[in-house]
Amino acid sequence: MGSDIGRAVKQPATESDGRAAAEAAARRSYGKLVAILASRSGDVAAAEDALADAFAAALEQWPVSGVPANPEGWLVAVAQRRTVDAIRRRRTSAEGAAHLQLIAAEIEASSMEDDLPDERLRLMFACAHPAIEPSIRAPLILQTILGFDAAVIASAFLVSPATMGQRLVRAKNRIREAGIPFRIPERDALDERLDAVLEAIYAAFAEGWADPTGAESRRRNLATEGIWLGRLTASLMPDEPETLGLLALMLFAEARRAARRDSNGDYVPLAEQDTKVWDSGLIDEAEGLLRRAGVMGKIGRYQLEAAVQSAHVARRLTGETDWQAIARFYEALSRMTQSPVVAINHAVALAHAGDTGAGLALLGTLADDKRLLTYQPYWAARAELLTLAQKPLEAHEAYGMAIGLETDPAIRKFLQSRRARLRN
Amino acid sequence: MRYMLFIHLDESQMPKSPADKGYEMLAAYGAYNEALKKAGIYLAGDRLTPSATTTQVRIADGKTSVLDGPYAETREQIGGYYIIEAEDLDSAIAWAARCPGANHGTIEVRLIWEATSVAQ
Repeated sequence: MGSDIGRAVKQPATESDGRAAAEAAARRSYGKLVAILASRSGDVAAAEDALADAFAAALEQWPVSGVPANPEGWLVAVAQRRTVDAIRRRRTSAEGAAHLQLIAAEIEASSMEDDLPDERLRLMFACAHPAIEPSIRAPLILQTILGFDAAVIASAFLVSPATMGQRLVRAKNRIREAGIPFRIPERDALDERLDAVLEAIYAAFAEGWADPTGAESRRRNLATEGIWLGRLTASLMPDEPETLGLLALMLFAEARRAARRDSNGDYVPLAEQDTKVWDSGLIDEAEGLLRRAGVMGKIGRYQLEAAVQSAHVARRLTGETDWQAIARFYEALSRMTQSPVVAINHAVALAHAGDTGAGLALLGTLADDKRLLTYQPYWAARAELLTLAQKPLEAHEAYGMAIGLETDPAIRKFLQSRRARLRN
Repeated sequence: MRYMLFIHLDESQMPKSPADKGYEMLAAYGAYNEALKKAGIYLAGDRLTPSATTTQVRIADGKTSVLDGPYAETREQIGGYYIIEAEDLDSAIAWAARCPGANHGTIEVRLIWEATSVAQ
């Protein structure tokens, strides 16, 4: 067997080289390889299983026999053989067959082109298909493209690991059984479907961004991975302005990460952040993306949200926040999305732009939405606006709700200090 | 469904906190209680006295033994509890995460065994 494999070897490898190469390939190529295997078979779970087997085989063989010239090609070939094997093993018990097939895979791998097709976008469109429940789309993309395990995803999205595991399995079964295509949709359906993909990526980022100090490495990684997915999507679909808009939005937010806490670890609201702490490299990159998206002449939700961010960070140059502009962007967003979350932000912007009454009236129109009863930002916004309107008693009550619903101790402390100020 | 949230705390860490922090925490619990009540899911909840006051009772070989204090080897003690009416586990987890105790201890979430579910 040694001589057969010898042909595919790039260099004589030591055992640690082989192990390191297998681990590096696993990290770098996981999503790419799952996407290739799944888009051929239509079965995500089987693709993951086969790939896990292939990585196990690589860890076993590469340290001994050397790293193949095309590691990804080797892994895909072995994973595909494993899938065939698994079916065959159920029918015959020919022990030697697997061994022979592995050798065949080596030869196939060495003859494969260096560049494997990038099917990750197709996999993302399958994961964010309308037939898949919206709340599981982001976790599914994190698992299939990035290889996150269910427990890590569950902890980030605040559900039990068992529940998350079941939902992921169910979603993958659905992709297989319903025959969800691994395809980039046609033009007429593209906007809506792309939005689902971008929403899933943004959900992953937002979960990570909720941990500003990065104390929880799992969540901090989620923000980094969200940006990574955003970069991937923007590079695979560079002519879609919303892919650029989403990446710009995430970079603007990431640029302000360090400024969200002061040296004591206390929460600093956006309007009071020290602009010198913002990452100007990321901001410049985001501005560039937003300009590129702007000339494509198709406005969308993410471009508008990025524009809001852009207006906020302009303070580093002008020294003040243009709340009028921000209110206009939120108004446009409101018309586009009808989202209560956007309406809350719109209300806050209106109040800061000088029209507290309009802001409170807008919040008032949301009061019937029962979901907002347990939505912290609604109560925090209400408290802030009632304070501005000099209604301390009602503000006090709203702060109480916001404090009770908050999970971050630094923000809780900030809200408590704001509430304490009402007494003076 | 009724869920019980056990608040597990490391008591030895508590007195070291600065005095104002204790107040802050108390006020945070007050706000949390209010939020639970306004959401209409609060059933019960109490803070417990320090575990030094606890008494362990058990019967082994027909003899009742009574011991003072908590099991020495467990670092975290139960500092309090809530009983809430939550739609499902995910909702109970979301509320457990909002409990101020979740930031320095552990909140254990357990579904309460309903008598009706036994009858079925």
